[in-house]
Amino acid sequence: MNDIYTFVSGPLAWVAFILFIGGIIYRLIDMFLQVRKKEPFIFTYMSLKYSLRSILHWITPFGTLNWRRNPILTIVTFAFHLCLFLSPIFLLSHVTLWEESWNINWWTLPDGVTDVMTLIVIAGCLFFLIRRLTQREVQFVTYPSDYLILAIVAAPFVTGFLAYHQWFGYPIMMTLHVLTGELMLVAIPFTRLSHMIFSPFTRAYMGSEFGVIRKSRDY
Amino acid sequence: MAEPAEKQEQEAKIVDEGLEVGISRLTGDKIEKVINQVLTGETGARLKTYVNTCVHCGLCSEACHFYLSNDKNPRWSPVGKVKQTIWEMIRSKGRVTPEFIREATLIAQTECNLCRRCMQFCPFGIDIAYLIATVRRISHKLGVTPRYIQDTAHSHSVTMNQMWVKGDEWPDTLQWQEEEARGEFPKLRIPLEKEGADIMYSVIAPEPKFQAQLIYQAAVIMEAAGVNWTMPADKGWDNSDMAMFTGDNEIMGRIKRTHFETATRLRVKRIVMGECGHAFRSVYDTGNRWLGWSHPPVPIVHAIDFFYELLKDNRIPIKEKFKDPVTLHDPCNVIRGGGLMEKSRFVANALCETVIEMNPNREYNYCCAAGGGVINCGPPYKLKRVKSNRVKAEQLMEAKARGAKVIISPCHNCHSGLKDIKNYYDIHMDIKFFSDIIYKIMEKPE
Repeated sequence: MNDIYTFVSGPLAWVAFILFIGGIIYRLIDMFLQVRKKEPFIFTYMSLKYSLRSILHWITPFGTLNWRRNPILTIVTFAFHLCLFLSPIFLLSHVTLWEESWNINWWTLPDGVTDVMTLIVIAGCLFFLIRRLTQREVQFVTYPSDYLILAIVAAPFVTGFLAYHQWFGYPIMMTLHVLTGELMLVAIPFTRLSHMIFSPFTRAYMGSEFGVIRKSRDY
Repeated sequence: MAEPAEKQEQEAKIVDEGLEVGISRLTGDKIEKVINQVLTGETGARLKTYVNTCVHCGLCSEACHFYLSNDKNPRWSPVGKVKQTIWEMIRSKGRVTPEFIREATLIAQTECNLCRRCMQFCPFGIDIAYLIATVRRISHKLGVTPRYIQDTAHSHSVTMNQMWVKGDEWPDTLQWQEEEARGEFPKLRIPLEKEGADIMYSVIAPEPKFQAQLIYQAAVIMEAAGVNWTMPADKGWDNSDMAMFTGDNEIMGRIKRTHFETATRLRVKRIVMGECGHAFRSVYDTGNRWLGWSHPPVPIVHAIDFFYELLKDNRIPIKEKFKDPVTLHDPCNVIRGGGLMEKSRFVANALCETVIEMNPNREYNYCCAAGGGVINCGPPYKLKRVKSNRVKAEQLMEAKARGAKVIISPCHNCHSGLKDIKNYYDIHMDIKFFSDIIYKIMEKPE
């Protein structure tokens, strides 16, 4: 067990981070090269002002018509994404690992807070799962890969939560936690989780089109 | 006149030769080749990024009048339509059947107006209209396009106008309208080919074909306002563009080039266009870009904008305001696509005593279900079109309940679409263009 843990938290972690960061860079370069090669007009219409107008409205809870129309979804989706993003970065034990390996550290959240945030992420995943299963318009466009992506996101949080509370065998849970965390990182650039990378750009382009050409609101 | 739609409740099986003959000529290899040619040769980062970014959340659904009007059946939602068309083409790498192409064409051509409302609902700003337009492009390249709209594209190609108006019929029509108008206003002219005029006035081909009174009205308004204007006597007078909606980008480019070149030949400062939405989209947004102009090479002024200028400067003397309460329909291409919502309201308030807002309004207004080439796919699809816009009927009835008697619709497609809706749902309201109202209430020139 110890050997496996050393492997997943050592060499495999390197692989995961390289694929995660390298993958993001690759996807972005690929996108920009494609734009330059085939759709360079996109640059003509990009506007910082309208890109920001669009992005800011959409990253503000209830900042757009569609967020206001779906209050529960809005609250869940914002809480989910915020916790998903912040809790791994500011978790005390993660920061401790960074400090041990690289001698760098930063501000952390109290364990009680990250514990709740983890539960929010898990609850968010459940919400999205139920939504996929019950809402007809979501069900209709759901593929098996959508459930897989949801599972990939939920897994590190479920295992992390269980490991922290030391329910079902700490060593195995810890190993699974590291493994699923790595899986999620690698999945980000190469699955539809890449909306994390691309959404600021698609948003910015649509915002620019609506601001510069259409002179109306896209939010 | 066609039979009123309510009498055709029994939905007949639609046989559209444009589709049936088209798919009879297809083979699996041809389909695969064309789809991949479009996907790899004509699309790029946008399509790829949109497909990779969509998380299948369904949040675009409630934007769509087709979805809302068909009891929220998900096959009508924007992403549902994308799933049934372009996703499947991409997933199968172009290995789809001719029957699939027929269904995909039906969805893209007759069940989406490219009104772009869903783009305001997508959290990622995915250009769903672009995805559907890509399907139309593939259908076009496969030779599968509904017959009626294909006929208008043929007309564009042959005559540079949408309605097979022959070379001499056009100046004849203008001179006929001038003659008619001179009975009422002896000094009135419709100046043809006047080089160096301030404005070239362009219209869509249905105006000379069967709504010539709109040209008459425009001439009277120009006369009253003392505008230095002209109309071309030759090709390039028609600003409409159905090729844009069939995916025939090459013909779209030819039409728009002719239109802009005509304005350049006449050395006018600006092009003012009649109350049409899709033509505005073609001239202002789509066609000019296809030709490589980031913005229109000659400034384009939509009628709403033009009337706004004239009314703001008191250049149209008004006898008395229009009495009946009106409600204002916001056409997608000039409001969501051109930002003329406040100017439209200025014009409405300058002309009418009471303006009652529909809900939703401005850039969030519901589509008429006629635009985007859907009404141009012809009678076979009329019943589906009006049934698929129950939500528009409800929106109109709600405005009517608050007192509105007249719908102002500054767009030809919306005009026809709303007329079909009001007939089908028995909504007793009049539909007018701004120019109808201006003509009615203005101080007529001597």
